[in-house]
Amino acid sequence: MSETVLDRASAWIRATAAYRSIVRHGVLDTNRNRSLVIFENLFLHVHPIKVREKALRFTHTFWLGGITLACSVILVATGILLMFYYHPSVPQAYTDMRELQFVVDNGVFYRNLHRWGAHLMVFAAFLHMVRVFYHRAYRPPRQFNWVIGVVLLLITLLLSYTGYLLPWDQLAFWGVSVGTNMAKAAPLIGKPMRYLLLGGNIVSENALLRFYVLHCVVLPVALLLFVSVHIWRVRKDGGVQGPYDSDEGDQP
Amino acid sequence: MNRPALIPVESNDPIAVPKRIALMRPDTRPSVRLTQERWVTSFPHLIVREVILFQVVVIVLSVCALLFNAPLEGIANPLETPNPSKAPWYFLGLQELLHYFPPVVAGVVLPGLVVVCLVVIPYARINLDAGPLWAADQKRRGVAVAASGSAIALLFAAFQCWPVVVPTVLMTTMLFLARDGAGGGRLRRFLAAVTLPEWIMTWFVLVATILTLMGTFFRGPGWSLVWPWNIHPLA
Repeated sequence: MSETVLDRASAWIRATAAYRSIVRHGVLDTNRNRSLVIFENLFLHVHPIKVREKALRFTHTFWLGGITLACSVILVATGILLMFYYHPSVPQAYTDMRELQFVVDNGVFYRNLHRWGAHLMVFAAFLHMVRVFYHRAYRPPRQFNWVIGVVLLLITLLLSYTGYLLPWDQLAFWGVSVGTNMAKAAPLIGKPMRYLLLGGNIVSENALLRFYVLHCVVLPVALLLFVSVHIWRVRKDGGVQGPYDSDEGDQP
Repeated sequence: MNRPALIPVESNDPIAVPKRIALMRPDTRPSVRLTQERWVTSFPHLIVREVILFQVVVIVLSVCALLFNAPLEGIANPLETPNPSKAPWYFLGLQELLHYFPPVVAGVVLPGLVVVCLVVIPYARINLDAGPLWAADQKRRGVAVAASGSAIALLFAAFQCWPVVVPTVLMTTMLFLARDGAGGGRLRRFLAAVTLPEWIMTWFVLVATILTLMGTFFRGPGWSLVWPWNIHPLA
């Protein structure tokens, strides 16, 4: 095998003291180094060192949890970009949306990406739940992780719903009015809850600010916490579980 | 069922000394009973797949974002109510129910019930060791299925909530078609193996899908029934 310039350059970088202070393992060509890359990395160590080969099959999970997580990463990235331009006040919020749409470079692209990503995330999370149910992956020892999953589905819905108001157009205003009017019907707590959420009796500038804070700070932090526990528990409970019968079928 | 109280599980690894033997309760998850399986290192097999998955999601969403613009209507105006005014699509199933039921039922009781039912799934005995619904006790279960199916259908029919009544009647009929399916064709054998929790979840997903589609595509001004191509709201 002939050594290219790239190979030599990469070997030189790997040999420098600075690189070795960051990455402590060698080239990933042995099982030892492939293990080290997982457990010496904060972000990768949610994974086990080894996984069952069957768990990698597409039909095992349809990757639905992964799609949901990928959506949330895209939403955080595009959401931060949108936050650089957006003011949560009336009528500035709406004019900011017009500017994003027509003036800001790639503004419309990032807004579209954020919007469609949010729809996909709600849909994928729901499909993920249905998949887990039919594969009976909620059975012991995964009971509590199922409950966390239900909480995550609710947080996802709330995130999507609070984001729905932010453009401050007719669609947003009336969509949120319809939803919060439904909440009013809850006995005893309905009206105080709605007042607390909206900062008043109607959807107004106060509601916009509260939804903005919930959408950009409170709910994402809650999502991060629960997702961390969710993924960590997947590992602790023996990895992803695929079709119920496929596990039974492999008995020696 | 005549299962032993404990299942001995023996390690098949020929070089493992001492040999490990464990006693498992039969209701533990099936994977602990596996002793022979191929394992691969997470890097690269899993990590590379995850990266590819992320890239695919980014590409698909980017293409959508380039092709379709997110809607942006006129500035919010509390004095001008669009007709119909709709919630986001994932709440349109509930808004559709609001058409038939008082707000406290459609907005609080039913969604609350759904969340409670979802949370308790892994703690309900029936979800843990359910076999095929018709595998045993056919007569008693037949009565229970007929009774609960018609009770739900009648309850929703009393509110003229046909988008729930129709799938309920359909599902109950399917349930009975599945009853003697064990010796039948492929489809009937498949249906005969379905457990009660699976029947209930399928009913729920079917009802939720129909309600959401109704609310999204078939409701026009004044929440009247319209065809999807006539749906544009009144100015």
